[in-house]
Amino acid sequence: MDELSSTAFVISSMIKVTAAFTLMMAVVAYMTLAERRVSAFIQDRLGPNRVGKFGLLQPVADGIKNIVKEETMPATANRRFFLLAPMLAIFPAVVVFAVIPFAAPLPTPWGVVDMIIADIPVGMLYVLAFSSLGVYGMFLAGWASNNKYAFLGGLRSSSQMISYEVALGLSLVPVFMLAGNVTLTEIVWQQQQLGFWYVLPLSLAFIFFVISAFAETNRLPFDLPEAESELVTGYHTEYSSMKFSMFMIAEYAHILTVSALMATLFLGGWSVPFWSGDHMFWYDGVLISGFNAAGEAMAAEPAVWKTLLTFAAFGVKTLFFVGVFIWVRWTLPRFRYDQVMHLGWKVLLPVSIAYVALLGATILLLDQMGVTGFAFGAILTLVSGAATLAFIFFMDRGRVMEGASVASSPRGPRGAIVPDTRGVRELRDPVPAALQVREDKSGSGPTVTH
Amino acid sequence: MSSSYLPVLILLGLSAVNAVGMVVASQILNPRRATSEKDMPYESGMVPLGDTRARFSVKFYMVAISFIIFDLEAIFLIPWAVEMRTLGWEGFAVMSIFLAVLVVGLVYEWKKGGLDWE
Repeated sequence: MDELSSTAFVISSMIKVTAAFTLMMAVVAYMTLAERRVSAFIQDRLGPNRVGKFGLLQPVADGIKNIVKEETMPATANRRFFLLAPMLAIFPAVVVFAVIPFAAPLPTPWGVVDMIIADIPVGMLYVLAFSSLGVYGMFLAGWASNNKYAFLGGLRSSSQMISYEVALGLSLVPVFMLAGNVTLTEIVWQQQQLGFWYVLPLSLAFIFFVISAFAETNRLPFDLPEAESELVTGYHTEYSSMKFSMFMIAEYAHILTVSALMATLFLGGWSVPFWSGDHMFWYDGVLISGFNAAGEAMAAEPAVWKTLLTFAAFGVKTLFFVGVFIWVRWTLPRFRYDQVMHLGWKVLLPVSIAYVALLGATILLLDQMGVTGFAFGAILTLVSGAATLAFIFFMDRGRVMEGASVASSPRGPRGAIVPDTRGVRELRDPVPAALQVREDKSGSGPTVTH
Repeated sequence: MSSSYLPVLILLGLSAVNAVGMVVASQILNPRRATSEKDMPYESGMVPLGDTRARFSVKFYMVAISFIIFDLEAIFLIPWAVEMRTLGWEGFAVMSIFLAVLVVGLVYEWKKGGLDWE
């Protein structure tokens, strides 16, 4: 099978970009509907079901409403940045999709077309670079609005997103160690060759990636930047009509991309489980399906039905994670801000550094002993599984989050729920005497002495 | 293959046009009947009090500074991670020293209370 000529490459690229962009926008539109329907189901109500059958035209109605609705902008807002912020929010959310392979290569009369917008060598680094630009849109929106709620939301979102970017980057390091490359096509290929999806041999990295992804997308339980009950809607409080829509599109596009990344990095991407017929990879300019016992490359047989089947597999995996995002949002309560920071800096960061060291040593040891194939994956699965269990056992003995949980205590009555105060600092360090509040003798209330 | 960056440029262009187009379209299409009440920043129905651009907690700066250090660490780890199996134990030892130095920094910041949020 041949590679494409340059003309065919340009034409196919344009078709792929347009198709992927359109499909993404359509999926994002229907994710908003799915969110509303699923939330309604979880809360035992109906949700939007009047516009079209099952409410299927609701996203169209929302779009039209947002275009023709009156828009307001605070007179005291910084006009230039106020207009720039929604653009900065939506732009990185949409472009990240470029390096994610979404199906097996498609054979055409003009050559084999890769089912990825751009198979660039920097791969995952491109994703990290562009997804971290999203923070500018949110912070700028909060700052430019000149609204106190928006400002607090912007501050919180920027602080939270950069905190979890560290954990996100470190949770990707084990993936790169195992795959030996940062391109997502090769990560998918290595998972096919190993016979293990990375969710098994890298289980702790997967958990950290999911946690960080929730924090990066500002979704519950990390939705402090928009905390409805305290900050109205956070950084986009002052935005209405189309610009509000842009923030919504950016949020859902980000969720879709992150779900696709989870599927690609840890669930084998577009590969169909327990089937080697879809193994395909460009190796020295030839599309191969693997190596035989003598180490020679075997030619792959791309087919249209294989492309469709693998695209379906990719869609199922991605939409599964989208479903998890929606499910979690309507199930879990929100963290406090100190808990968010505690989890990011004091739990995820040190544990992921230790995990990188543990996994690096294990992989090198297995390489030295000449362990390959199934045994390699199985041993890594055991090591990571033990690490994951140890993490859950040691960190979650009643409180992953310092001072957050309630646990039944032997001191209380049987079955009673007593607040867990083990993490409360005040009990350990009493307030310095100089700052203690003294009872005022005259009875006009307590005063602080210095 | 530098040509493989071409589709990225096409997508970047399309996304930029989309982003700018949506804002321009909303500026043109949306009706505007501004009144002085409508143009006030929303503050739960009250007349806004004081300035928004007031001082805010130094904790946010602490997070930003820590982020630079530890995100750079992650960036330094990635090239090593990609080549780890060819570099072998020697590379692992070098990287362990690098990580140890950063862990000492993390422990110091932790003990100093730089990671506390109260």
